[in-house]
Amino acid sequence: MTPTAITAQPVASPHAHGGNSVTRTMFRVQMALVPATLYGFWLFGWPSFFLWLLTILSCLGLEALSLKMMGVTRIKATLFDGSALLTGWLLAMTLPPWAPWWVAVVGGFIAIVIGKQVFGGVGQNVFNPAMVARVALLVSFPVPLTQWVHPLPLTTLAAPDFIDGLRIFLSSLPQPDAMASASLLGYSKTELARGIDLLHSLAGEHAPALSWIGARSGSLGESASLLILAGGLYLVGAGVITWHTPAAVLAGIAIPAAIGHAVDPAHYLSAPAHLLSGAAMLGAFFIATDYVTSPNTAAGQVVFGLGIGLITWIIRSYGGYPEGMAFAVLLMNALTPVIDRLIKPRILGRDRRGKPLDIPAGASQ
Amino acid sequence: MGFMNRFKHFLGDQLLGNNWGVHPDDHKRPAADAPVRVMPVPARLYLPLQQHLGGAARPTVLVGQKVSKGELLAEATGMVSAPLHAPTSGTVVAVTEVTAPHPSGLSLPAIILEADGADEWCELTACADPFALTPADIGRRVAAAGVVGLGGAAFPSAVKLGGALRAEVTTLVINGGECEPYLSCDDRLMRDAAAGIVDGIRLMLHATGARVALVGIEDNKPEAIAAMQAAAAEFAAVQVRPVPARYPMGSEKQLIQVLTGIEVPADGRPADIGVIVHNVATALAVRAAVREGKPLISRLVTVNGNCVAAPGNVEVRIGTLAEEVIAFAGGLKGDGLGLARRIMGGPMMGMQIPHWRVPVVKGSSGILALDAAEVAAAEPDPCIRCGSCVKACPMGLLPLEMSARIRNEAYGEAIDYGLKDCIACGCCAYVCPSKIPLVQYFVHAKGELAAQDRAKLRGEATKKLALQRQERLDREAREKAEAAAKRKAEREAAAAAKAAAEAAASAAPAAAATVGEGV
Repeated sequence: MTPTAITAQPVASPHAHGGNSVTRTMFRVQMALVPATLYGFWLFGWPSFFLWLLTILSCLGLEALSLKMMGVTRIKATLFDGSALLTGWLLAMTLPPWAPWWVAVVGGFIAIVIGKQVFGGVGQNVFNPAMVARVALLVSFPVPLTQWVHPLPLTTLAAPDFIDGLRIFLSSLPQPDAMASASLLGYSKTELARGIDLLHSLAGEHAPALSWIGARSGSLGESASLLILAGGLYLVGAGVITWHTPAAVLAGIAIPAAIGHAVDPAHYLSAPAHLLSGAAMLGAFFIATDYVTSPNTAAGQVVFGLGIGLITWIIRSYGGYPEGMAFAVLLMNALTPVIDRLIKPRILGRDRRGKPLDIPAGASQ
Repeated sequence: MGFMNRFKHFLGDQLLGNNWGVHPDDHKRPAADAPVRVMPVPARLYLPLQQHLGGAARPTVLVGQKVSKGELLAEATGMVSAPLHAPTSGTVVAVTEVTAPHPSGLSLPAIILEADGADEWCELTACADPFALTPADIGRRVAAAGVVGLGGAAFPSAVKLGGALRAEVTTLVINGGECEPYLSCDDRLMRDAAAGIVDGIRLMLHATGARVALVGIEDNKPEAIAAMQAAAAEFAAVQVRPVPARYPMGSEKQLIQVLTGIEVPADGRPADIGVIVHNVATALAVRAAVREGKPLISRLVTVNGNCVAAPGNVEVRIGTLAEEVIAFAGGLKGDGLGLARRIMGGPMMGMQIPHWRVPVVKGSSGILALDAAEVAAAEPDPCIRCGSCVKACPMGLLPLEMSARIRNEAYGEAIDYGLKDCIACGCCAYVCPSKIPLVQYFVHAKGELAAQDRAKLRGEATKKLALQRQERLDREAREKAEAAAKRKAEREAAAAAKAAAEAAASAAPAAAATVGEGV
């Protein structure tokens, strides 16, 4: 026998494979994002498209650079598994649509290099890379990260054309006041801080409406909440994710929101407002369900999701920032190893603590 | 199923993660629908002495000896073992080594039998009314016939029957699950010989004292279910129970749980909870052994895979080379061009074999010739912690955590995660999107742990010997010292005595002298 016959390939069973792959999984998630993304492009025009494109390109470029510097031999295979592309895409979905070009580049750097490769690359990171980037950008550059624009659908006259869009994207000039707008969460927080309660502020003529079709200011992933929901349901149907995490996140937001609103509608937004605002849908279906940074078991995912929902609601209601999804995800990411350690599936023939089940009395052995 | 039951199943599946297993393409048809072909006896049969779990059989024939069909070639050794019989009449030409049905390609001691073409039975002792026999007698006939579990594990059946009788089991579970893709030999047997199988099941009920036999058949085999139900209709104790087609439904612990609702304790055996499991083909072999006195000398083998020209089931004599079985079944398409992997058994738990010159043994259920599209061997990617393996694992383990620990050689932690509960069914590796060879990790770790245990035992033995040697040396030194001390004491005593004597002697003349001087 030749040594190659021994070392040729894994000889252990199984000899069949179900056909799933990392690339296919990532591709399905990207497909689920397409409707919301296209709708966002239509609402916010060329600048949002350039932002999306550059965020993804930065992520891919920096991933390739990191892999090369680390001496990884399978750069192409790793690059095209789609994980870096997805990270960039998700990050772009959470940014203000008219954010300037350097936000995309810096965000891509933080997400890929600091959020992922420093930990050892795909599968090794503790925190969700897109959320690490989002939080780092928000804390470091609060102004461009909180400047929202009115939806200005591509078909309207005022919408910037390709060249104008490029100019807006590259110039990073302050946006004209006429364009500026606030998201629902940001607006209600500001008004509450000024001492105007929600009953009055939301009735005002400048109040952002709770638009169910998504024509409202916000990030790409905020405006199109229902399309994000549809994409998420597709992922559940296709078996890419299970319903546990998204349902738990949404319940974690909706339950305290409903209670708060019922008790004091002047100070607490309603459950639908919470669910359709900010990154609630995107977070529940696309961010919290990130395989690497969430628990492995169904029960663990329920705990994880409820935690994210609850923390998000607490930050939105009592914290300094209008939106708390990114912070909540990072906090629960940090708890994931603990959840995984405490919540394990029961092994067949053993009790929950791993002790073998009792052998019934009267057996001969 | 009632609404509440459905609801409970939904809750169990979704919230508690009881939706274990995988649903691979079964690839069972058209092979399962083709009639069984009986292969003629080949010129030579290669019969490994170890075709079962337990001690290898010991040859009772000499080279050059002529034997009849069914004559004993090698006898069982020890408590757990099985004898081996001549699958045809002929001459023993060698007792040597042949390639084992194992991926290592290592050799096993075997008897090589040259067929004489007559295929004449030796004298068989039939039994007209086996239900008049005592359970122990049935056990003895099964043991003498060399019947082993034909589902693949090849555990000596008589040992299992005897254990079940002693443990006073109440339920006999008959495994007609055949959950492995590609394989259809049990399906075919149930369709063609249902009455014989049911007779064998009733004999096993008699032999074990069990009150009821539950025959679990996956619902992707409607013809087999119908045939078995018809054959079992007049026997209340034999109940045919369709079970959902889901891999690994045919695994002992899973099938017991699905059919009886009871779990086998992790450190126990099915007999501990009053259950014993036998395969349908084993039931038929038991019937032949008890009623006709026929030893186990042939079996049904599924020949399948994209490279096989005419997939189907073939009845072959034990010891026939896979090469000849394939040739008989119609050979490989394009002379084996495009063949990616040779497998004995099923694709999920079967063994890759290095070449086709490997004999069919008692536990061989299938010979598969798979092309590249079927094996899909790809380079593994890093784990993305998707948890697919956790969902698929029928034992409730965390394969991703176990493999991560094994990568770091933290075998102790892998055991804490349930490495020893792993049944190596392969569900985890089947669903892994990163194509990580998880079973390979677990098999490796189990091997390492076994090696560590052996090394520990050896170390302890060495330590014991060293201690004994030290004790011996100490004792010898002590004895030497004692002897020396004794000698010294004797010498001293002697010297003292001598000195005293001398002193006395010298004192006496001196005294005399003194006296003399004084005189």
